[in-house]
Amino acid sequence: MRTVQAKEVTEKVAELCIKANLELRGDVLSALKKAYRQENKAQARRIIKAIIENARVACRLHLAICQDTGLAIVFAQVSQDVRVKGDLITAIQKGVEQGYKKGYLRNSIVKDPIARGVSGFGPAVVHIELVKGDRLHLTVLPKGFGSENKSALKMFNPTAEIEKIKEFIVDTVRQAGPDACPPYVVGVGIGGTADYASFLAKKALLRRIGFKASRDDLGRLEEELLEEINRLGIGPMGLGGKTTALAVNIETYPTHIAGMPVAVNISCHALRSASISL
Amino acid sequence: MDAKIIGNLKIGDEVFLSGIIYTCRDQAHKRMVETLAMKGVLPFDIRGQVIYYCGPTRAPQGRVIGSCGPTTSNRMDEFVEPLLEAGLKGMVGKGSRSEGVIKAIRKHKAVYFLTFAGCGALLSRYVKKATCVAYKDLGPEGILRLEVEDFPLIVAVDCQGGSIYG
Repeated sequence: MRTVQAKEVTEKVAELCIKANLELRGDVLSALKKAYRQENKAQARRIIKAIIENARVACRLHLAICQDTGLAIVFAQVSQDVRVKGDLITAIQKGVEQGYKKGYLRNSIVKDPIARGVSGFGPAVVHIELVKGDRLHLTVLPKGFGSENKSALKMFNPTAEIEKIKEFIVDTVRQAGPDACPPYVVGVGIGGTADYASFLAKKALLRRIGFKASRDDLGRLEEELLEEINRLGIGPMGLGGKTTALAVNIETYPTHIAGMPVAVNISCHALRSASISL
Repeated sequence: MDAKIIGNLKIGDEVFLSGIIYTCRDQAHKRMVETLAMKGVLPFDIRGQVIYYCGPTRAPQGRVIGSCGPTTSNRMDEFVEPLLEAGLKGMVGKGSRSEGVIKAIRKHKAVYFLTFAGCGALLSRYVKKATCVAYKDLGPEGILRLEVEDFPLIVAVDCQGGSIYG
């Protein structure tokens, strides 16, 4: 049985919040560079160039890639053979507070969704999963709300044709249009329950761009959807072009004979996350 | 922004703005429109001014402002008309506007610009000075007076009511 100190969790979560917000993920940067090469519309190229330049400036000046440093989502995979000494949830929340404060990240979180009031750095939304092994794996995904606002969930009949599901996913991107900072990364969750499909759609954003789904049929579905979405022609900043999305990532889970939940979670081009294994 | 400059701007034009803009987003809009409804006085003279839909990150030491890109404009759509009536002439943000806003922009001979979305670090370089002028209690949603130089813009809705998004 390994022991991890709560204090270490706090420190690492704080570091991850800063890293995720200041350093654009390598796979996202590569996908943007590829999109730049593929675009032939001058304005679309200029916009993608600005996005790439922004990532460079953010890193160099130690500024957030985007002023919307998001609502921090923390995925903690706790192995059965790890013991956290102290309170894990408190340690994570403290880490988010400290990281956002130290990294000059934005205090975008209101304590009450109805009364609103003064905004602060946390709390984060925390997902804890118990897994095999002896590691504690932590991931921070700061989710901006320009794109979060474009999320969608639909409970299909179990007999629904795959074409109808594809239509819903493509239509969700069409609805987001120019508003949520395209080119997008589209997370899709299929199966489970309403809440679990939404969770899967979010989790799908963590998969590196360029890594297809583990199942061949899902990989093909991802490719087909990406092609269809890019045919929408929304383009960078919604001003037209070949690149409306950089990737479509699908995660699935078994579901009930009576249903087929499908959730879509859109990320802006500033898809940010950072992970560590303790 | 005077009428002559606005009259010359056409959708798709890429221009640079030097001068003063005011950051203003959701809650600040709500307050300003409530103030106008009660015949109150706005926290700054809005006549001829430009509003930037932006809530920046805090400025690290040695910098004027933090990351400061645009937020989604259409959340502010319901508040636009009264501000235009009060004399607002320009808006900067990202994404589409409602039919109502486009009509109001045409009626009041104003303009809506886009700037590089999701590029807050890059845009911070064009801000030379930032001063909070109102609603400090709103934190990142307080109104900042920004002095900008060569701030990059794209005309998205012009005073004839043309829209870049069709």
